[in-house]
Order: sequence, then structure tokens, then C-alpha cells
Amino acid sequence: MTYRAAHALKTGVAMAAILAQLAMGPANAFCGFYVAQADSKLFNTSSKVVLARDGDQTAITMASDFEGDTKEFAVVVPVPTFIERKQIGVVDPKTIDHLDHYTAPRLVEYHDDDPCQRMMMTASTMPAMPVARSVQDTAVQKKYGVTIEASYDVGEYDVLILSANESNGLVNWLTDNKYRIPQGAEDVLGSYIRQNMRFFVAKVNLERMKGLGNGYLRPLQVRYQSAKFMVPLRLGTVNAKGPQDLIIYALTKNGRIESTNYRTVKIPSDIDVPLYVKDEFGPFYKALFERAVSRENMHAVFVEYAWDMGWCDPCAAEPLSNKELVELGARWIGSAEDDAFRTNRYSGGGGSDAFVTRLHVRYDARSFPEDIVFMETRDRSNFQGRYVQHHPWQGPSTCPAATTYRNELPARFTREAKNLEDLTGWNRTDITGRMALTGQQVK
Amino acid sequence: MPGGSLMTGRPLPDARYFQIAALGCLLAINFILIDFGARPLPSAIAIGSALLTQLVCSRIAGLPHLDLRSPLISGLSLSLLLRADALWLYAAAAVIAIGSKFVLRFDGKHIWNPAGLAIVVLLLASNGVWISPGQWGAEVWFAALTGFLAILVLGAARRADIAIFFFGSHAALLLARAWWLGDPLAIPLHQLQSGSLLIFTFFMISDPRTTPDSALGRFLFAFAVALLAHYMAFFMQMRPALYFALIIISPATILIDRLLPAKRFTWADPVPQGVLR
Repeated sequence: MTYRAAHALKTGVAMAAILAQLAMGPANAFCGFYVAQADSKLFNTSSKVVLARDGDQTAITMASDFEGDTKEFAVVVPVPTFIERKQIGVVDPKTIDHLDHYTAPRLVEYHDDDPCQRMMMTASTMPAMPVARSVQDTAVQKKYGVTIEASYDVGEYDVLILSANESNGLVNWLTDNKYRIPQGAEDVLGSYIRQNMRFFVAKVNLERMKGLGNGYLRPLQVRYQSAKFMVPLRLGTVNAKGPQDLIIYALTKNGRIESTNYRTVKIPSDIDVPLYVKDEFGPFYKALFERAVSRENMHAVFVEYAWDMGWCDPCAAEPLSNKELVELGARWIGSAEDDAFRTNRYSGGGGSDAFVTRLHVRYDARSFPEDIVFMETRDRSNFQGRYVQHHPWQGPSTCPAATTYRNELPARFTREAKNLEDLTGWNRTDITGRMALTGQQVK
Repeated sequence: MPGGSLMTGRPLPDARYFQIAALGCLLAINFILIDFGARPLPSAIAIGSALLTQLVCSRIAGLPHLDLRSPLISGLSLSLLLRADALWLYAAAAVIAIGSKFVLRFDGKHIWNPAGLAIVVLLLASNGVWISPGQWGAEVWFAALTGFLAILVLGAARRADIAIFFFGSHAALLLARAWWLGDPLAIPLHQLQSGSLLIFTFFMISDPRTTPDSALGRFLFAFAVALLAHYMAFFMQMRPALYFALIIISPATILIDRLLPAKRFTWADPVPQGVLR
């Protein structure tokens, strides 16, 4: 598939963008140091959706890697209710990027102690901080039996709320209005129409965009009240060229979310890997994810992170501020100040009132025939995609313990090589060859 | 008629042995092969509490026989379905389930399926529980369906027609909905592939002790539960709808039995009607 080549390129860019920057670390319960992360830009055609859910109140913020001419940009999103102007907003893409980095799978490193005496460890930390521009799927349109229920100017977007009696009319209307609707979308639209859903339709207003001077499209946010807690995937699968990736970041009050209609599976985590993975963490995680997807026959939703927003360990990025969380829809937290969310929150007891779940799904029409429906659980146990490397002690110690320690190293390296092979499917000989270059000689 | 009890030691083909084996296999698969969320300690607590409650309640009620098969099935079902953020909730679920059999009775039958009632009570009363949708993956799902159907066909579970009635009604409603929406067949087929649906179908609604005595009554009961659950799930977005629908409709069994009387079910015929099991 051609997108694999694009993946590789993007990976390179993403990894090059990693800047050295000291992470402010909270208590180190894991006692590891964050050194690299796999952000969502590794995966092409990766849309990002932030869901903030409180009771029946949902805020959905949509960002995709749209990279074409902005005048081509259009989005059609089925929504469960009528949407008023005050329920629509745009979000700074940096806020979503921040959440992306904060929740990304991470590599942590430890330095072995001197086997002859207790030593302290040191390490550098370097969170990443790329920039993204965003926006959403395409889909498209025409008329007959279509009601324009409302029309809004929202930042750089012209937004319409449509309802329709039947799908042909909607398709015709959308097409007439220069929305390109994929072949075969009628059935999907018809299904949403029957379910009394409205359509949130947005195009870019070039005039206003010029006036704003942003030069990029900001993610759109829609807030509504509905018992439906789902992500509409189906329109996006109609004309897809291959599987697509979607990363869902859910902010909830009580616990992690999970899919009610697909398996929700934790990504393999807390595994020791060779040192050289530090330089290839992007490709490593991509290979790991692809292997996990194929193991589940592409029928599962993967958990990459599930954690109380009040703290992190190790932190892959600065904690989000109250302001950012509110911007993403977590309006229940009661403060929109620009200070870190965990300030005054985490008391070591029951945790804060914001929990984040990061789910990663690779899907196509065949493996994910229906939209993913979610539920919020009461599970507050913390999970992160975390890969560990241990730097061997290099000092000149000569005590008997040091001899034993050195004798045991090759077996440890062998285990790390096997872990890496199991996780990624990479060739064992290549792995051991690369390990030897970093001083990790396997047996 | 087949039947028997552990007390007599006669090796008779009681459906519950097969059911226990099937549920035990699923739990083992969960621990060894495909994790669908059950954990050893909560499972042990749910099963242990169910057995203990049966023991205590049997003593209090002065039952001549201690039968641990039904509470074992309830405990296994709870292990596979129930998720909670505190261990005591698993024990509470088991106590509610088994206790309800002894307390909430009418005319010699218990009114509600034990595990189903426990799930609904805890969903309503506690903030700490949720139900695993039981996405077991296609292979495990088909294997489980085959196994459960085999148990039915073996004929060991009498009055199991209600499982077929319910599964058929539920599937028909999903197919009708897909047809009405213009959705591809893949969608209703995917919706059927839920592990919790199978447990519900083969171990809860089909509990012969809490369902109508007549075949027509069972059909009406099964269809009513399927219809209410469908409405709750798709029109009220309520999940999990199946358990609520069953618990809401269960008291209607009393009325159905009045209108459509038939021979009362007991697991073992030699035991006199109405004796607590």
C-alpha cells in the first residue's frame, strides 16, 4: 500500500521534530524517565477525535490530517440533535496536539546501578512537541427534501445544520452545493436520516480565513445533549482507499471508556526492549501497533492510555491546563484558569474528576461495519503504553557481584531481542545486529 | 425423566453440568487465551460468595438437599459479565443473586433470574459497576454459540425453547431494524456477536425456574423481553438493555402462568413442587 511509504516519511518528520526539553516530573512511582513517544502523526490518514462526556452531554472535537487545498475542505458529520450556534466552536489545534503528546505511548529508560554498590540514576528527558494542523473527513452532497435548519459563521467555517427526509435528496443537495459525496454514501446517509440524525456540514470560508490570518484550519467542536455516545465512522469508510486510523481521546468524569460493540484491548505494554529502539521509537511503535491489529484481525479498539488527568508518571508532556480541558469540552471541572489541571486536584485519594482514555482504532468498512458505540466505565485503573530500556552499568567495578552481573547481561539482551521480535515481527538477525552496535551483545 | 441431585450421587444428565462446563471453559479462555475482562480474584469472590450464600440460605430454609449447581452457574455468569471497581461488589452481587431466590418468591417460584436481578440492582444502586459487553471475538463467540446450542439439543435443559424464542426474536428485530435503515447485513450480524447476549440468552432468560410454565407463555415472554430491550437500546440508548428488560418483564410470569397454566418445572422431578432449590 502506498500509504506505508507515507507513514515512513511522516515518521521521520515526527521523530525529527522531537525537541530536547526538560519534563517536570511528579512523583516517580514508576521511576522511569520518559525519552520518546509515538504521537499520532506516525499513522497516516489518522483522524483525531476528542470526546468529552458528562452524563448525556457530549463535546466532540474533530481533527484530521487534511492537507489539500483548503477550499476543497468539507465535512459532513451526522449529529443526534439540532445544533445551535453556541454549541459549535473551533479549537486551537495545539490543544489537541498537547493532549496527543500527553497520552502518547512512551519509551522510558533506566540506568542500572553499580552492581557493587547502590547508585543513583540520571537521565535526560525529552518530550516531543510537533505542531499539527487539522480538520476532518470529506464526504459530500445535493437537494430535495432537505431542510437547512440553521446556517452559522464559525471562525473560518461556514456551517449548516441539515435535516433530510430521504438520502437521495440529501445526496443531490450536497452534490449541487459542491460537496463531493462518495459513491455508495446514500445508504449510509439514509440510515442516519432514519435514525433522526441531523447533519453538521462545514466548508471553509476563504474570505474569513484570510481575515483570520491563521493559515491553517482549526478543529471544529460540536456540543450536544444526547444519550448517544458514539463516533460516526461509516461515512468515512465509504470511499476509503484502505484502512484508516482514528485516535479517540475521551475525557470523562468517572473512569475509562470502552466500546460496547467491539473488543477493547490494551496495547502490549511494560516490556523491556533493546537500547537502539530509542532511535527508532516511531517505527517501533508503528510495527507494534500493526502487529497488534493483525493479531485481533482488525476487529478491536486499542487502549493506548487510560489515566487520571490529575497526574502522570512518567509525564510525556506537561499536564493540560484547566483552560485546555474546558476548551476540549470538559466543562464540568469548574475552572477555566490557565493553570495545570492537577493543581489543587490530586490529593492522593480518590483521584480527580477528569479521566482520559486514549483509544486507537484501525478500521475499514468490512472490519467495522457499524459505528463504534462507547460507554463510560467506573474503571479508574491507570494504564499506559510504555516500553522500557535498561542501560547496563558500564563502570569498572570488579567485585564478585559485578562478575555475576556481567555474566547475566547476554541473557537479558537475548530476552530484549525476543521481546522486540515478538512485538514488532522484525527480523531477529537484524535486531541482534543492531543491538551489537549499541554494545548489547546477545548470547 | 432425567434428573437427580448431587446428594443421591446418581450420574444423571442434568443440563446444569453441561452449562457449568461451558461457562467454566469460557472463564478459562478468558484467563488463558483471550482476555475479555474477567479477573481471577473477582471471579473467585463472585463464585465463592454465591456458593456460600446458597449454603447459608439452604440451612436457614431447612432444605433437605444442598444443591450447588445453580449458584455455581450464577457465580460463573457474574464473573463473565459483571465488572466493578471494588471487590466487595462482586460478593454483594452474589449475595443479592442467590438471596433473591429465597426471599423474592411467589407461588413457589422465584420471580427473578438471580444473576440478572443482581446486575440490575447494582447498576441502579451503585456507582461502581458496569457490564462487560462481552466482545469475545468471532471465534470464541461462534464456539460458545455452538456449545450452548449443543447443550440445548442434547435435550438436557428442558424448556430451553425460550432461548431459541428469545434469540430468534432478538435477531429478527435487529434484522428488521437493518432493513428499515437500509443497513448492510453485516451490521445486525455484528450486533449479534456479543458474548453478553449469549450468556443472557442461554443462562438468564432461559432459566426454567423463572419463566412461564407453558410453551406459548414462554414465547410471549421471550418476545416481550426482546421487544422492550430493543426499544430501550435503540430508542432510549440505554445499555445494557437486556437485563433491565428481563427484570421489568419477569413479574408478568405470574400473570402468564395464571392465564396459561401448565405443569410446573423442577430441576429434578422426584423433588416435590415448590421446594427451594
